[in-house]
Amino acid sequence: MILKTFKLGGVHPPENKFSANVAIEPLPFPKRVAIPVSQHLGAPSTVLLKRGEEVKTGQLLAKSSGFISANIHSPVTGKIFKIDNVMDQSGYKRTAVIIDTREDEWEEGIDTSPDIIREITLSKQEIIQRINDMGVVGLGGATFPTHVKMMVPDGKKAEFLIINGVECEPYLTSDHRLMLEKGEEMLIGTQILMKALGVDKAIIGIENNKPDAITHIAELCKKFKGITVQALKVKYPQGGEKQLIKALTGREVPSGKLPIETGCVVDNVGTAYAVYEAVQKNKPLIERVVTVTGKAAKKPSNFLVRVGTPISALIEKAGGIPENLGKVIGGGPMMGKALMSVDAPIVKGSSGILLIPEEEAHRLAVKSCIRCGRCISVCPMGLEPFLLAQEVMHELWERAEHDKIMDCIECGSCHFTCPSSRPLLDYIRLGKTKVGQIIRTRGKK
Amino acid sequence: MDKLLTISGSPHVHTNESVRKIMFTVFYAMLPAMLVSFYFFGLDAVRVMAISVTACVLVEYLIQRYMIKGDLTINDGSAIVTGVLLAFNVPTNLPTFIIIIGAIVAIGIAKMAFGGLGKNPFNPALVGRVFLLISFPVQMTSWPVPVPNFPTALADVITGPTPLGMLKEGVGAGQTVEQVMSSVDMPGYIDFLIGFQGGSMGEMSALALLLGALFMFFRKVITWHIPVAYLVSSIGFATIMWWVDPTYYANPLFHLFTGGLMLGIFFMATDMVSSPMSAKGQIIYGVGCGVITMVIRFWGGYPEGVSFAILIMNAFAPLINNAFKPQRFGQIKAVKA
Repeated sequence: MILKTFKLGGVHPPENKFSANVAIEPLPFPKRVAIPVSQHLGAPSTVLLKRGEEVKTGQLLAKSSGFISANIHSPVTGKIFKIDNVMDQSGYKRTAVIIDTREDEWEEGIDTSPDIIREITLSKQEIIQRINDMGVVGLGGATFPTHVKMMVPDGKKAEFLIINGVECEPYLTSDHRLMLEKGEEMLIGTQILMKALGVDKAIIGIENNKPDAITHIAELCKKFKGITVQALKVKYPQGGEKQLIKALTGREVPSGKLPIETGCVVDNVGTAYAVYEAVQKNKPLIERVVTVTGKAAKKPSNFLVRVGTPISALIEKAGGIPENLGKVIGGGPMMGKALMSVDAPIVKGSSGILLIPEEEAHRLAVKSCIRCGRCISVCPMGLEPFLLAQEVMHELWERAEHDKIMDCIECGSCHFTCPSSRPLLDYIRLGKTKVGQIIRTRGKK
Repeated sequence: MDKLLTISGSPHVHTNESVRKIMFTVFYAMLPAMLVSFYFFGLDAVRVMAISVTACVLVEYLIQRYMIKGDLTINDGSAIVTGVLLAFNVPTNLPTFIIIIGAIVAIGIAKMAFGGLGKNPFNPALVGRVFLLISFPVQMTSWPVPVPNFPTALADVITGPTPLGMLKEGVGAGQTVEQVMSSVDMPGYIDFLIGFQGGSMGEMSALALLLGALFMFFRKVITWHIPVAYLVSSIGFATIMWWVDPTYYANPLFHLFTGGLMLGIFFMATDMVSSPMSAKGQIIYGVGCGVITMVIRFWGGYPEGVSFAILIMNAFAPLINNAFKPQRFGQIKAVKA
């Protein structure tokens, strides 16, 4: 198979996929869980229940509060202890429903059997409604509500569904394991998404460092009409939506526009699996696969975890907190967030927990820019990170906007590659916030 | 858990490249050419090299310690690279005090006065070299004749012209290129390749320079853009003029293997700090260097134009950076769905 990839920029951080051969293990939920009401991109959900009320597993806990928002269901059975502010993975205290758990009792109508249901009976509209009801959001990390993506704006037409099995972040293996262990379910989910979008072609992009997943999915695809697998050269950030569309179709999402402009809709393999469960099994999105790994992890693992489980419970199961732990990251090492506390709960968007040893937890000393231009050559968006950082330092917001600061996808390749270890992305992020505000106020006038 | 965790923005991993590694890669890449110069010029070459490197590092140290009072950066290796390049650009019989003046100008004026590494608009070694060329024209243009096998005599070296100097003088006196080339003093092409020709230390052997350039290329310290643009434009220009009048213009291979062209192409023009940053900009810059080098060699007052050409294009680098932006993602028209 010819390997495809995107053209502009990209880097090759060490892959370190320690947990690639470790099977997914279901993690029992703890005595108490905390479910944040803001687990997705968009408006926080509205809590429906009160303190002291009983909930069953899969029962609606908080309702979507707008067009871009999502339902949240109870991942456990138990009693609501209280609704309080809890520190989430961002480090801020936000509203969460705290539940004292007991033995699982599933809400009626949810199919918890392992049988695979292949026939898709729902109509296009019903599928989108079901995805909305079951609180499915993008599981690649951005947690954009999936039903919104399925509603193609007037005047636009979807041609391709792209399923993202790239997993270009080093260390992470949750998507890899899911493709190996739940491949058929994931492909049925893909079919459902194709029906919802009204497209007859779907491409699954998988990087070549997962040859077992490529062969497995390609074999399964023979039974599915219109779905193909495309192997991709290993290059970060290929899992970025725009880079993946470019790699698979050669089309470029125009600056400031959405992927639908290219006729493509991209969903993660995890999302496709969640869609399968929502539509075929009537099961809301209350659990996901999370990789616990890193150079400090004693036993790199992949867990099937209920939302709301504290991160500490996962680390415990993966061999405990190591002596030399210096940093804990929610997500991958390139785009993940450093966590302030391991008590923060797992949410829908948690793809991995990374344990970094003390000796690698700190940034290197910042040196002068030697104008080597590497940040330019690795930028997948064709920007000049060194220049944007300078402009932000000098608060030249208009020039930063002119130099396309808003196109930055925050992949971190510039900072990764800088021989002077300059914090280029820190400055660019700061600038994006500021320039974003300026653009919004301009829109209001 | 009572342990405090480290918090920082992403990314949380970093390449193992550093400024120091880049500078030492350049240093290692210059070793073959350095050894060739030691072979042909012996102890004198070692003297020039040692003084130049020591003086450059020392000047940087003194300025940082007593004038800027800031962090010391001599560990990053950039002063060493400047020192080697400066030595590469001077004749091996240059008096010690002139080399020290060159180091003071290169590091003090061309580099530290602008704020140190990364902020200098011009290549420090070239500024030092050109300053010396203008201030000490006699000493800077009397070239010792190379003697193979590490000569150890420090005094009484025989001096002679460089091949380019012979060409300029001969053609200026009304001779044809053919007559100049047939002169007994003119070395052959094999000599050019291995370095048996008069000239400054670093420009002796085209092969040794090429070896170093390949090393830098595979270590990804240089990209192809500047060297290829410089090479193609200078040699292309020389070829055209050679076609026009072979009695007045020497053939392009002669131009390639003599003088400082190879040194300039691979080690001077590719200096990260003073060259443009985008791929497009680097190609424009390389072409500019090539054309100006040849214009000076053909019609200028000096036999050699590499240093001037690179310095002139250094001055244009900021403008080039501004005018030639990298190819942005998503600037092409969307495909009609």
